[in-house]
Amino acid sequence: MSPRISELSVGDVVSERTVEVSRDSLVRYAGASGDFNPIHYRDDVAGSVGLPGVLAHGMLTMGIAAEAAIDWAGGAHRVRDYQVRFTRPVVVDPETGATLEVIGKIGALDTEAGTARIDLTVRFGGETVLGRAQAVVSVD
Amino acid sequence: MNPAIQGRVYPPSAPYLVGREKVREFARAVFATDPISFDPDVAVAAGYRDVVAPPTFGVLLQEHALKQVINDEEAGIDFTRVVHGDQRFRFTRPIVAGDELTAILTVTSVKSIGGHSMVTADTAISDGAGDHVVTATSTIVVRGDE
Repeated sequence: MSPRISELSVGDVVSERTVEVSRDSLVRYAGASGDFNPIHYRDDVAGSVGLPGVLAHGMLTMGIAAEAAIDWAGGAHRVRDYQVRFTRPVVVDPETGATLEVIGKIGALDTEAGTARIDLTVRFGGETVLGRAQAVVSVD
Repeated sequence: MNPAIQGRVYPPSAPYLVGREKVREFARAVFATDPISFDPDVAVAAGYRDVVAPPTFGVLLQEHALKQVINDEEAGIDFTRVVHGDQRFRFTRPIVAGDELTAILTVTSVKSIGGHSMVTADTAISDGAGDHVVTATSTIVVRGDE
């Protein structure tokens, strides 16, 4: 079941979730994506290049944020266009991890194309980590 | 960093065969739960041959293509100074298990801003029939000397 465009309005909150990212999540994403940059799993390497700690892959944050729009739209096949700007790093503590708050709102509706633009906000430690995060999804 | 690489088109990647288990593995890694990325029956019912990859899956092909630019001596990019700035995926259709994909990267823009360089590249991903699937657009920032 996909949302019906006639029942939607710009500004509607369509998704609100909290995602706990741990070091395990980073290792899992490294393996799945093939991005084995050690700043995503080694504290010593992250420290040596001046980072505040091990960082989540930007593409992992992008992938997690998309799921808010996908679950609402009814599947990954409904995504037509998806873009983000990486604005702040997500530092993942070895013990407590990192908590991401994801909110998806309808930013625009295109009745002719049968699409909704979901504007995604991702916060970590109270600050947004993605800019202009927009997923255009098809709706019924 | 050499601005003359703007417009450069790199050779196509070797074909990448999208595996069902790879799609599931990637989907788990991005915390996906929708069954279309895990259950072939659900995907078939929705009109796809097999499980559907999450939208950022194309990064696997993009990373490989971007390495050609970063390793291109003429481009003069110091990879230790590279930061990911922007990312976009524009779909003709989703990536599905069983696809044999080829990527062709074009450097669309090289800009210099405040001592940093910004390189934007389009990675056009096509299937075995040569039909367009998705274009991944990435902007990387190469930090200048501080």
